[in-house]
Amino acid sequence: MVFKVLWGFHPRLAVGPSLLKLIHTTVVTKKKNVQASRQESYTEDFIKKQIEDFNIGKRHLANMMGEDPETFTEEDVDRAIAYLFPSGLFEKQARPIMKHPEQIFPKQRAIQWGEDGRPFHFLFYTGKQSYYSLMHEVYGKILQLETHRGPLSEKTDSRDLIGSRWLIKEELEEMLVEKLSDQDYVQFIRLLEKLLTLPYGPAEEEFVKRFRKSVTVQSKKQVIEPVQYDEQGLAFSTSEGRRKSATAQAIVYQHGSGKIRVNGLDYLLYFPVTQDREQLMFPFHFLDRLEKHDVTCTVSGGGRSAQAGAIRLAMARALCSFITEDEVEWMRQAGLLTPDPRIRERKKPGQEGARRKFTWKKR
Amino acid sequence: MTAKTMLTGVTRLSSRIQKLDPRCFLHGSAQAAQSNPVPAEHPRVISRTSDSDPAKHGEQHEGKYYSIPIQDLKTVFPHGLPPRFRMQVKTFGEACLMVRKPALELLGYLKNTKFSHPAVRYLLYGEKGTGKTLSLCHAVHFCAKHDWLVLHIPDAHLWVKNCRELLQSTYNKQRFDQPLEASTWLKNFKTTNKHFLSQIKVQEKYVWNRRESTEKGSPLGEVVEQGITRVRNATDAVGIVLKELRNQSSTGLFHLLVAVDGVNALWGRSTLKREDRTLIAPEELALVHSLRKMVKNDWHGGAIVLSLSQTGSLFKSRTAYLPHELLGKEGFDALDPFLPILTSNYNPKEFESSFQYYLENNWLQHEKAATEEGKKELKFLSNCNPGQLERLCASL
Repeated sequence: MVFKVLWGFHPRLAVGPSLLKLIHTTVVTKKKNVQASRQESYTEDFIKKQIEDFNIGKRHLANMMGEDPETFTEEDVDRAIAYLFPSGLFEKQARPIMKHPEQIFPKQRAIQWGEDGRPFHFLFYTGKQSYYSLMHEVYGKILQLETHRGPLSEKTDSRDLIGSRWLIKEELEEMLVEKLSDQDYVQFIRLLEKLLTLPYGPAEEEFVKRFRKSVTVQSKKQVIEPVQYDEQGLAFSTSEGRRKSATAQAIVYQHGSGKIRVNGLDYLLYFPVTQDREQLMFPFHFLDRLEKHDVTCTVSGGGRSAQAGAIRLAMARALCSFITEDEVEWMRQAGLLTPDPRIRERKKPGQEGARRKFTWKKR
Repeated sequence: MTAKTMLTGVTRLSSRIQKLDPRCFLHGSAQAAQSNPVPAEHPRVISRTSDSDPAKHGEQHEGKYYSIPIQDLKTVFPHGLPPRFRMQVKTFGEACLMVRKPALELLGYLKNTKFSHPAVRYLLYGEKGTGKTLSLCHAVHFCAKHDWLVLHIPDAHLWVKNCRELLQSTYNKQRFDQPLEASTWLKNFKTTNKHFLSQIKVQEKYVWNRRESTEKGSPLGEVVEQGITRVRNATDAVGIVLKELRNQSSTGLFHLLVAVDGVNALWGRSTLKREDRTLIAPEELALVHSLRKMVKNDWHGGAIVLSLSQTGSLFKSRTAYLPHELLGKEGFDALDPFLPILTSNYNPKEFESSFQYYLENNWLQHEKAATEEGKKELKFLSNCNPGQLERLCASL
């Protein structure tokens, strides 16, 4: 049976002709400098067929992996694909994926006029029919609520306004399958907020929920610091940190006098440069605990600055076990708990370095 | 280096009541030996003491600064102080050294020297920036005050590197002369020990060249003059001076102190090259050769104080500070029976004192520097290392 796996940009495949065969070739263009334009219209039948093929393929995949086809979820699909087609590419979007065709093919608009050329929607000639119809709908609801103003409701903000946000313009565009301008978007949001000030019922709440996205993925709770252990009665905590290519492991004791030993040497000897020592000082100074903790750490790899940064991160993480949650949040906002993602940029061919080009000679 | 004391100009804003009587530097050693000044504004930290005579420094003065009178500065230390300290002296207008344990220990030993026994060697060692050179200077000041003859070589490393002129020695064809270094040293030696030069008489006749010679019995000053005027013979003059002093110190006429800083240069390697670009070993340099003989403890009537130094050393790792590492096997064997004295970072009391001193002299201009947090920051960043602290404060 045919089994479709797509690589992000629909190229022609030459892999394992018996197992994998890309059916559609509509996307591939032979023109050199023109990117594959996405405006080809996929017919509805085509999309339906794709969905069928996808479901069948999912069942095949489940069989291959030895799992139950009925309860094969999306994550299982992703895991199976990652297992069967391991890829060493760095760009996640360039790796093989198998998703529902709705997620892959962009939403198309059906033909909006009939055989006689007469448009179906009454607002077709505004150009943005779905947007304006939506505005009409919301305004209608507002008028309705204003006329039926009943007893004042107390539950204005008690629902999940706090943990959610409005859809952004791009998301709204995607939903309506139509281009919007900034002013349109602002107007729409204003209307919705006006709706929220009025006493509304559950139906309106349902309606508005469509346009809110939850933000309860609390970025605060990312850091989980390990609990401190005891040894000989001393409380300490260990953690690691990395920067560029240096790794450090720090053991911070809860009670001490502010001594720091790095790889067995005093930190003054290991880091003769003041800048590095300032980096080490930062977490303690921020929390005002300069002379209250003893630290022993080991570090390897990287250069002197990278090692200092790695130790700083490790110390900050280890310190989290001894301080209150608020202080952890402050540290996170100060950037002490974020690993620095900057790495050495790769040298490109045709250039002398990562950015430096070869000397340009006029002739 | 012990606490590099920053010197402000005379226009000091903060009134320091305890400095009312010792403000007059010109009195020199005739000051009253008051042990503890009256602390008017800072009852907790007393950073100064009014004793300027190192002989009277004892346990109770530990952690306090004493000032060296300016007269003494010119005579005792024409070349002895490290360059950063000299800049500080110039800025503040006064030279203040902190009294610290290693120096006190050394002074104690020096006070109890038995002049009939062979000279004892004291070796100051420690991490970089902990106070070796300034402790040495403290000892030199003490000896100078007590009328010893001081032979102070400020940095032996200067003799084994960056030498412009190397001449083949007239005395011994194998060795090399360094006229410039020798003549500068002779000049400074003359300033330090002027009064001795007329008293000590040479015991042999020295012929410099066909026309000049020094007769037996003439004062040592003549040899020194000869070395200064005739630069070509300067190295030989130095050799002669050292030999004479060594031979005559046992007579009891004077006490001899040999103070060499950076003594590991004598047994290390040098960067000097002959004309055919082969390296010269230190023993082929006449100055080094004579100095090595001086540092041997086969004479009596004085003491030898040495200090190691990694800063100017050649081909030695940055983290090396132990005698064994810096001197090498040869040097260690040559110096073998010696008394090691370790210098270390400040203890909290000394750090406080140093901090107060900088504050008093308005050296720390940063607004937050005077606060508790500022002090903690400085303590952390410098880890109570005197040299580091000085460098940090210099930029505040």
